[in-house]
Amino acid sequence: MLLERDNRLEQPDSFYAGLIAAHDGLSLEQSADLNFRLLLILANQIGRHDVLQAAIAAAREGVTA
Amino acid sequence: MKQLNPSHVRPSFPFARAPEQDGAPNHHPVVIVGGGMVGQTIALDLIRKGVPVVVLEQGETVSIGSRSLCQAKRTLEIWDRLGAAEWMVDKGVQWNIGKVFHRDGLLYEFNLLPEDGHQMPAFVNLQQYHMEEHLLEKLAAAGGAVRWRHRCVGIENRPDGATVQVETPEGAYTLTCDWLIACDGAKSGIRRQLGLDFDGKVFEDKFLITDVRMTAPFPAERWFWFEPPFHPGQTALLHRQADDIWRIDLQLGWDADSEAEKAPERVVPRIQALLGHDNFELEWISVYVFQCRTLSRYVHDRVIFAGDAAHQVSPFGARGGNAGVQDADNLCWKLKLVLDGRAPASLLESYNDERLYAAHENILNSTRATDFMTPKSEASRRMRDTVLAMAADWPFARAMVNSGRLSVPAHLVDSVLNTPDADSFAAVVAPGSPASDAPIARAGADDWFLHAIGDRFAVLTTAADAPATLDIEGEAVPVLTVGRDLVDTQGLLARRYDLKPGTTYLFRPDQHVAARWRAFDPAAIGAAMTRAMGKAGGQSKTEGAAHAA
Repeated sequence: MLLERDNRLEQPDSFYAGLIAAHDGLSLEQSADLNFRLLLILANQIGRHDVLQAAIAAAREGVTA
Repeated sequence: MKQLNPSHVRPSFPFARAPEQDGAPNHHPVVIVGGGMVGQTIALDLIRKGVPVVVLEQGETVSIGSRSLCQAKRTLEIWDRLGAAEWMVDKGVQWNIGKVFHRDGLLYEFNLLPEDGHQMPAFVNLQQYHMEEHLLEKLAAAGGAVRWRHRCVGIENRPDGATVQVETPEGAYTLTCDWLIACDGAKSGIRRQLGLDFDGKVFEDKFLITDVRMTAPFPAERWFWFEPPFHPGQTALLHRQADDIWRIDLQLGWDADSEAEKAPERVVPRIQALLGHDNFELEWISVYVFQCRTLSRYVHDRVIFAGDAAHQVSPFGARGGNAGVQDADNLCWKLKLVLDGRAPASLLESYNDERLYAAHENILNSTRATDFMTPKSEASRRMRDTVLAMAADWPFARAMVNSGRLSVPAHLVDSVLNTPDADSFAAVVAPGSPASDAPIARAGADDWFLHAIGDRFAVLTTAADAPATLDIEGEAVPVLTVGRDLVDTQGLLARRYDLKPGTTYLFRPDQHVAARWRAFDPAAIGAAMTRAMGKAGGQSKTEGAAHAA
C-alpha cells in the first residue's frame, strides 16, 4: 500500500483544533481557498509522485460527482 | 402517557440548630460551604487527617438525577484512600470499553484500560446521589456531619481569616474561620459575594439529559452516536448505571425550547426512538447548556474554591465531578500542613497553580470535544462531516473523531513542588505524575501498591540497605523497600516505575510523584520533601498576584 491508513498524527486533537481555528471568520469560499493552499503545501511536503497520485485517487473515490 | 416515576427517593435530612446558635464558640479552623460530592470528599479527607470541619449546605438532600455519573479510575483511587470506594465499585457498573457510531454503523471502539494490574477499573458508573449518600455515611462514621439548611448569606474575607453569616430556619448566626473552602457548585454564592468572574465560554447548544429505568441487554459500555437514524443530525450518548437505570443524553440544538423539551410527552418519543420500544420508566429529565470556564485564581486570601464553584466543563469526558474530587485530593494534605504550622501558607499557592493547570487541560479537552459535536461554522461542520465519513475506511480519521476524551488525571509536570529529574528514566510516572498502581504482596497477602504508599509522604526504593523510615521535617517517613516491605508479584511495579537497583521515588500525600533518583540518598530525599512542602525551591509563579481579587 502506498498510503498510510493508520494514524500518524502526533497530536490529532490539537491538529484538528488548529485546522478548524484557521477557518475562523472566513466565508465558505475563502475556506475552500485555504484548503486548496494547505493541500498544495502538504503535497509538496510529501513530494513522492506515486503517493500523491494514490491519494488523489483515494480522495476522489469518496466524492461522487 | 408516561410521567416522571423515579424509583430513587432522596432522603430528607433534618435541620439541626448549630451549637453556635446556643452560645458555643464560633471559631473553626475550616468551614466548607457546599455539602455535595466535593464538599463531602474534602470534609472526609480533613476529618481523617484530624482537622475538625464545619460543612454548611443550603439544601436538605443529595443530588437529584445521576448528574456526575462516571467515576474515573483516579477518583476511585482517591475515594479508596478515604475508605469509600469499595461500596461504590460493587454498587456501580464497571466499564472500560467505549463505542462510537456514525449513522447506523459502528465506527470504532476504544479500551480505556488497555492493561491489567490496576485495582480500579477505568470507570465506574454510579449516580451522583448514590455516591453522596455513601460519602455521607462515611463522613458520619468518621465523626463529621453536614449542616443541612444552613445557608451562607454573607462573607468577609481577610488576609488572616474569614467571617461567614449563616441563615437557618431558626435564625442567623456568625462563624469565623482560618480557611473557608467554597465548593458550592456552578452557581456558587461565595463566588458571587466576592464579585469574582469566570473566564471562558458558553456553548451554543442544548442537551437533553435523562435517566430511564429498564432492563436491557446492552453491555456495560459507553455508546456514542453521531447523526443516528433515531435522532437525525444530532448526537446521542448511552451509559449503563446501577439499579437498571440508564443515562441517555441527546443533543437538541441551540434553538430548542428548554422548558418544552423537558415535558415527558416530548421526551418519551425521543427515548423510544433510541431504544426501539417503550418498555421503560422516566427517572429524571433535565436540559443543559454547557459551559467551559474557570476562575482565574482559586485561592483568594482565606477563601479557596474547588469543584464546579471554581471551574466548569461540558460533560463529554467526565471531567467535572472527577476534577472536583481531584481538587479535594490536592488541597487537603496541603491545608493540613499549613494548619499544623509545618508549611507556609504559600504552599496553598501550589493548589492554585496545580489545579488551574488541570482545569485548563480539562477545559481544552472538553472544548475540543464540544466543538467537534457542535461545529461553530459551515467550514468546520464540513470538516467534521468529512472526518466522520472517512473514519470507517480510514483508521487515521478515527483519531480525530472526538466524542469526549475521557478523564485522566493531570500530570503536574511544571509544579514548583517537583524536584526535576537529574537521572534518566524510561517510566512515564515522572515528577508531578499520579502514582501508577500495581499488584504487590505485603505481609504475605496480595495487595495494591497505592495502599502501600497510603496518604502521607512515602518513599519507594530498591536499595538493599535502606532504613525502615527517614526522619524528615519531624515526620517518620516510611521507606518501602522492594523485596523487604513489599513483593513485586508480577514485575509490574518494576516495569511501571522503571526500577533498577537503587531506584528511589518520593511520593506526596496525594500519591503524586515528588522526585525520583537512581540511588538512595537520604539528603536528596529530605531536600525534595522540604521542597514538596512548599518550603524551598522557589516561590509560586503566581505569588505576586496572591492578593489581587
